Amino acid sequence: MNILEVNNVSKNYGSLYALADINMTVGDGKWLSIMGPSGSGKSTLMNIIGCMDKPTSGSVILDGQDITQLSLTDLTVIRRDKIGLIFQQFHLVPYLTALENVMLAQYYHSMVDEKEALNALERVGLHARAKHLPRQLSGGEQQRVCIARALINYPKLILADEPTGNLDEANESLVMNLLHQLHQEGSSIIVVTHSPEVAKHAETTVVLEHGKIAQIIDNLK
Amino acid sequence: MFGKMLLRVLTRQKKKSLLIVLTVALGVSLATSMLNVMFDVGDKVNQELKAYGANLNIVPKGASFVSDMYQIDDNNQATPSQFIQEDELVKIKMIFWAYNIVDFAPYLSVTANIDDKPVKIVGTWFDKHLIIPTGDEIDTGMLAMKSWWQIDGSKMVDDNLHGAMMGETLAKKLNLKIGDEFTIVAPKTQQIITLTVNNIFHSGGIEDSEIYVSLPIAQKLADKVGLVERIEVSALTTPENELARRAAQDPNSLSRNEWDVWYCTAYISSIAYQLEEVMPSVRVKAIMQVAESEGAILQKTQLLMILLTILSLVCSALAISNLVTANVIERSAEIGLLKALGASNSAVAMLIICEILIIGFIGGVIGYFIGVGFAQIIGYTVFGSTIEPKILIIPLVGLMVLFITLLGSVPALRMMIFLKPIDVLHGR
Ligand SMILES: Nc1ncnc2c1ncn2[C@@H]1O[C@H](COP(=O)(O)OP(=O)(O)OP(=O)(O)O)[C@@H](O)[C@H]1O
Ligand SMILES: [Mg+2]
Repeated sequence: MNILEVNNVSKNYGSLYALADINMTVGDGKWLSIMGPSGSGKSTLMNIIGCMDKPTSGSVILDGQDITQLSLTDLTVIRRDKIGLIFQQFHLVPYLTALENVMLAQYYHSMVDEKEALNALERVGLHARAKHLPRQLSGGEQQRVCIARALINYPKLILADEPTGNLDEANESLVMNLLHQLHQEGSSIIVVTHSPEVAKHAETTVVLEHGKIAQIIDNLK
Repeated sequence: MFGKMLLRVLTRQKKKSLLIVLTVALGVSLATSMLNVMFDVGDKVNQELKAYGANLNIVPKGASFVSDMYQIDDNNQATPSQFIQEDELVKIKMIFWAYNIVDFAPYLSVTANIDDKPVKIVGTWFDKHLIIPTGDEIDTGMLAMKSWWQIDGSKMVDDNLHGAMMGETLAKKLNLKIGDEFTIVAPKTQQIITLTVNNIFHSGGIEDSEIYVSLPIAQKLADKVGLVERIEVSALTTPENELARRAAQDPNSLSRNEWDVWYCTAYISSIAYQLEEVMPSVRVKAIMQVAESEGAILQKTQLLMILLTILSLVCSALAISNLVTANVIERSAEIGLLKALGASNSAVAMLIICEILIIGFIGGVIGYFIGVGFAQIIGYTVFGSTIEPKILIIPLVGLMVLFITLLGSVPALRMMIFLKPIDVLHGR
């Protein structure tokens, strides 16, 4: 069973092909890295998989459902139920505390549960900072709040677009450890990165160039 | 969670929220004061009308217009049909609409000489205590009807048969002060009377060159004991309508039912009709032009106020729409994030609408009280009295706040709906 199937997906902005005829699959519980130079279409692909954008042509089957046929409203529901998002700029609501930011994801998903949210923060080592506002947290801490938020609803697929791009090595390894834990618990993970070190954590690395798959590397070999 | 977010949005953005609160408050305060004044202005103008005195003029049936108005020809008044019996005056308070008669005063004028110069002497009731045959007792007279006159000196009473109220212009010409004595000579009867200046008044009209005395003095001077030539009546009336206008032309043209309705409504024409019923020898003329032009001014004033109210509301709505839109643009990253986390358009719209409604509510409450204050200031400067805040205005203001805030947030909501998470959360 595949969590994700990308079939002949193209995305063009006018004459510019951000993605050109991409085909790939991600098995249930697998970890995939996407690498490639700037402008090669990594974020474009992630946005399409993350139900935030639609391809110009082709189909994307997420957890058995063709998401390219859905309306924006339905896409919001799928994103909410199946996907955990982690961004390079750790987007948090500035006037909510770390705990409230995590609870926000619960709120839009189903029901808020403060205890569970605290547990999630504990998992990322931020139990003590629950009542702090984002601006009172370091970049690494903010990214860990984002991870706590991404995992709070037990998503089937975690999408991280350059999650360590703004972090130092210590924080990078903290974040990667967390992703490893999630992976071990059965979540499928797709990570976009410029760092070969980060990419190596995945079972497979896909390299994009000019919107096309240039190379597929099996990291286990 | 929703409440928490609302609270946080509002408290963490105090300055911006405050700006919107102020905008709403400004619009609402203007609207509130305008509406309060508008609703109150009808009553106020009626009071003013009363203050401007008579709306009915009772004259003898045979009286000629010219002498009625200017009293130029003293000899003309010789025929008895041109006078009204003083005894008849109580009947004014015995008609169906007696309680609508606020005040009345008789007048009898005579030309007499002071230092060989002719001066008009007017006899009247100042504030006379009357016992009506029905048992009622009232105080009525000229002073209550001429409330806008500026009168110096102690209040003139009807029993004062040696005092006089002298017009400002005349007093200046004769060089008389309060307390000074003067002698008048009636050319026709050759009577000589010495009076004391009890008051000097300013009316702003021709009365400023006249002398007002207690009715018996004028009657003696004119040799018309027990007679008056004219009565001014101030009555509370219902605004005229089509029926009243037709009746005023000819009461007999009405059908039986119409006639009943007309007779039992306090139209100025039906009051006039009833006065003629009880006093067969008089003609009652409504001083209609005054009432109508006052009515027209009132309508125009109210129209002006409605326009101002609408204008101030439109301005606030525009200002609010700017502020809210700016606010949404500024928070687009946050809104995009909420959407990325699975918030539907309606969920985000709810948040923004609740936010603006709370802010609008606070602004509305503040604006309401400021507006009531404004209305008082307007009341004092324009009418010299308080303006009673009407309860009706509260729901009206509530609706206005709802309207301007919701209307003001439409552009922001549109923007929010078309905002896509990837537009603001780009991982580029
Ligand atoms: N909304 C858009 N309109 C026009 N062109 C776009 C748009 N979004 C992306 N592109 C273009 O599509 C191409 C792929 O962009 P994308 O953001 O996917 O690159 P990326 O691989 O994520 O780059 P980076 O490593 O710098 O994040 C780029 O050439 C970019 O300019
Ligand atoms: Mg990118």
